[in-house]
Amino acid sequence: MYDFNYQRASSLDDAKSKFSGADDARYMAGGMTLLPVLKQRLDQPSDVVDLGFLDDLKGISEDGGNLVIKAMSVHHAVNTSDTVKSKIPALAHLAGTIGDPMVRNRGTIGGSLANNDPAASYPSAVLALNATVHTDSRTIAADDFFTGMFDTALNEGELITSVSFPIPEKAGYCHFPNPASRYPIVGVFVAKTADGPRVAVTGAGACVFRVPEMEQALASNWSADAVANVKCSADGLNEDIHASPEYRAHLITVMAKRAIEAAG
Amino acid sequence: MASQFGIGQPVRRSEDKRFLTGRGTYVDDINLPRQTHAVVVYSPHAHADIKSIDTSAAKSAPGVLLVLTGEDAQADGLGGYGQALMPEDVGGPPGFRTTRPVLATGRVRHVGERVALVIAETEEQARDAAELIEIDYAPLPATVLAEDAVKDGAPLVWDGAENNLCFPLMMGDADATEKAIASAHYVAKVHIYNNRLTTNPMEMRGTIGDYNRAMDEYTLYTSTQNPHGVRAEVAGHILHMHETKLRVIARDVGGGFGLKGGVFPEDALVVWAAGKLERPVKWVPSRSEAMILDDDGRDQTLDAEMAVDKDGKILAMRWIALNNLGAYVVGPGAVVPMFALGMSQGVYKIPTMLVATKAVFTNTPPTTPYRGAGRPEATYTIERLMDAAARGIGMDPAEIRKRNFIQPSEFPFETHTHQIYDSGDYATALDKCLELSDYKNFAKRRAESEKAGKKRGLGLSYYIDNTGIFNDRMELRFDPSGSLTIVAGTFSHGQGHETTYKQIASDLLGVPFEDIKLVQGDTAAVSFGRGTYASRSAHVGGSALKAAAEAVIESGKKFAGMMLEAGESDLEFVDGLYKVTGTDKAIPMTEVAKFAYIPAGPPSELGTGLEGVGNFATTMSSFPNGAHVCEVEIDPDTGKVVIDRFFAVDDMGNIINPLLVAGQIHGGIVQGVGQALLEDMVYDRESGQLLSGSFLDYAMPRADDVPSFQIGMSEVPSPSNPLGVKGAGEGGTVGATPTVINAIVDALESAGVTNMELPATPERVWRALSKAA
Repeated sequence: MYDFNYQRASSLDDAKSKFSGADDARYMAGGMTLLPVLKQRLDQPSDVVDLGFLDDLKGISEDGGNLVIKAMSVHHAVNTSDTVKSKIPALAHLAGTIGDPMVRNRGTIGGSLANNDPAASYPSAVLALNATVHTDSRTIAADDFFTGMFDTALNEGELITSVSFPIPEKAGYCHFPNPASRYPIVGVFVAKTADGPRVAVTGAGACVFRVPEMEQALASNWSADAVANVKCSADGLNEDIHASPEYRAHLITVMAKRAIEAAG
Repeated sequence: MASQFGIGQPVRRSEDKRFLTGRGTYVDDINLPRQTHAVVVYSPHAHADIKSIDTSAAKSAPGVLLVLTGEDAQADGLGGYGQALMPEDVGGPPGFRTTRPVLATGRVRHVGERVALVIAETEEQARDAAELIEIDYAPLPATVLAEDAVKDGAPLVWDGAENNLCFPLMMGDADATEKAIASAHYVAKVHIYNNRLTTNPMEMRGTIGDYNRAMDEYTLYTSTQNPHGVRAEVAGHILHMHETKLRVIARDVGGGFGLKGGVFPEDALVVWAAGKLERPVKWVPSRSEAMILDDDGRDQTLDAEMAVDKDGKILAMRWIALNNLGAYVVGPGAVVPMFALGMSQGVYKIPTMLVATKAVFTNTPPTTPYRGAGRPEATYTIERLMDAAARGIGMDPAEIRKRNFIQPSEFPFETHTHQIYDSGDYATALDKCLELSDYKNFAKRRAESEKAGKKRGLGLSYYIDNTGIFNDRMELRFDPSGSLTIVAGTFSHGQGHETTYKQIASDLLGVPFEDIKLVQGDTAAVSFGRGTYASRSAHVGGSALKAAAEAVIESGKKFAGMMLEAGESDLEFVDGLYKVTGTDKAIPMTEVAKFAYIPAGPPSELGTGLEGVGNFATTMSSFPNGAHVCEVEIDPDTGKVVIDRFFAVDDMGNIINPLLVAGQIHGGIVQGVGQALLEDMVYDRESGQLLSGSFLDYAMPRADDVPSFQIGMSEVPSPSNPLGVKGAGEGGTVGATPTVINAIVDALESAGVTNMELPATPERVWRALSKAA
């Protein structure tokens, strides 16, 4: 790892000011992506601004039909929260599938969303549940938030503060893990929301995406059978030594069926 | 002597206390005063000419002490790493020999070939400086797969090695085999790519060189399976100095699996650099570097056929293979295809056969022995063929094996490949495994799986291994307090010799287990040894230890005679006691040992103190063998294979410690499962770039990838050595891979699938099902 200045933020404002005052800073939430990247010398920031001590950014609550998860909540907290388990059990389940116990006790929902790894789990939940991302300066709808591979609508220096998930009628998540990394090769989150069914897919493409054909099929018939015959195109899907685009396309349908079965 | 610490007892491992509490001493735990840090700069190209290397910026970077390139190595007259054994050394055809330099000059031949070494005060400074070295490469076309390397017009790895051939090997009778196959009732055929693997020992290779000018003496701390072998190569062949000038020390070593049986450029580089700097030089790689810089295992492609009659009797077998040696044939690299051919007959009587391979060069890292080293390839091939033949004629896979087994009365049995099998009772072990696995009720379990939408398959295989290579030497030394030190020529790097050797010595000499200590791994403390690999230590080291114990008993008789006032011929040694035959006069070995150290009394010819040296030279290998049965459940929608049940019944001869043998079998099975389902070292077919260079892409087996194993024993003592043991280190790995694949093919047979590639990834299984449908 190259040398950098370590700066510990004492408040949200302090974090922003330390970030903007540095030549080329990175925020660090749980560090579960940033630290390996730094250790492999794949990034060389001048400063790392540690958000880990901002206790105001931790916590899970229910607020008028929304489940609100603050940005620095770790996956383990989401996985074991009684509130999450009772309001959106699929989200608690998803958090429990991320990484291993060490990762789940360090990694945060805000860090995951800001990084927008193509194989991250959380983006599928945020998009399928039609959540709203709150930042230090505005709110961003899920449909507008994820803009591309490792890319989001966040501006330079903008920080996620919380995510509010409208509590759905039903939701389910199912993923097929990469045998090596155990990230999703394909992960599908389905939700029966007030605005109709939403289906979001992670792992398969450059960025999380919705599957309108499945959503339409589910609108008239919420069942696994409804999506069983919806075949996704392999065009543009990811290819690596573990899975071809064709296999990923096939898995989208299989995982969607299982996510619906899990949702009930 | 029967005790809870004797031979055959499930004694818990003495070494585990330090291993499990983080008190082991691995290379990275060793830090010497004034230590410096080395970083290796390696080729990013699979094949390229080096036009120029500019080290000036690196040399003037902060903290940098020394930058070395291949030209420096040439200027200092450094040698390289050749071959431990080639076929022609044992009467085979000549081969093309290569010398792997410590640092390349002129041309690089694989990604990861070492080009420069940077040494600085800290590792980070060395890494910073390494990035400042400018190397101008002119890339050349590369050849990566063995099947591409032998094609006309393929890029040549070595001028002079036509068609990239290192050596051919062939055994058997081509004409008789062709004739038998041509007229056979049924001929089973399989095409196999025995995939390339990387070892990934928990402790990566690491090495520290030191030089003491006052003594003009070098010391090398390294993570090896063979300290004296490292000394011979580094001192003798690379740095051209007397072996007495180099002391090699291996403390605890966190796994080797064959990888650490050889020598690597880094071992010589740190010694060479330490001499220049007169400071210790430490090199420890990151995991990603280790995956690039380590040698690989397996990588054999073959087409195999087996001819059977309508009763399932084997008429002939033939296989034609390619072994991918990588860019250099190094150390024991050539042994792998030799073992594969040698063990190709498996446990069966085969009237005629032909096995042949071409060992070829490619622009990939060298391949060297990896747990099993050729025996897994041999067993995989014949056990896939046995299943294919059984399916072809509609016979039960257990039955066809039983009809062809070599029988207990037929040992010693010489194969067509000149192996002389020692002993075995294959049908008994197979029957025990069928019983243990509730083979007869498989159909019920398959029906249950079908109800759940899953495809269940049962696979079985019968493996055979070859263990007990070379000779070795053990010493036993009492001290004046009556406690005992075992000085071992072998080198335990996780196997548990600290426990098993103590059991043997305690049993034979009657010395309390806790009063015995093992010394190994230091060329200054062990006069000579060959290290531990190829499951040799129980057979060779254990037998040498028995000989040492007998020498001690013989020497001790003279002292005991003085103490008991009896003639030597009147003494017998029983249960740790010298007894005067026919009387109740007796004295324990430990008291005799103390007496042997008294400062005055015993005459010169009795010597000072009590010790013994034992040697054992293998004249006949031991052949551990056993039956594996596993059941898999496959999700047809995703292709995901789950191993639901796994059973093994092994004949590993007499057992010194059943706990440790079980541990070897468990670990071995997991490694075999890793090859079958998960692990794959993938290099881009055109560019030779490593595509599976981290744990994000190289799938190591984890605890939840395997079920609990049920194992049993079916010992047939080996006549090849005085302990009657057979090596236990590799059998699990040899047997597990074909067992899993046979189970997968069985599960998918009803869907029309007849073969499965290694590793059977979910996509491959899904594609096989889709294609068959």
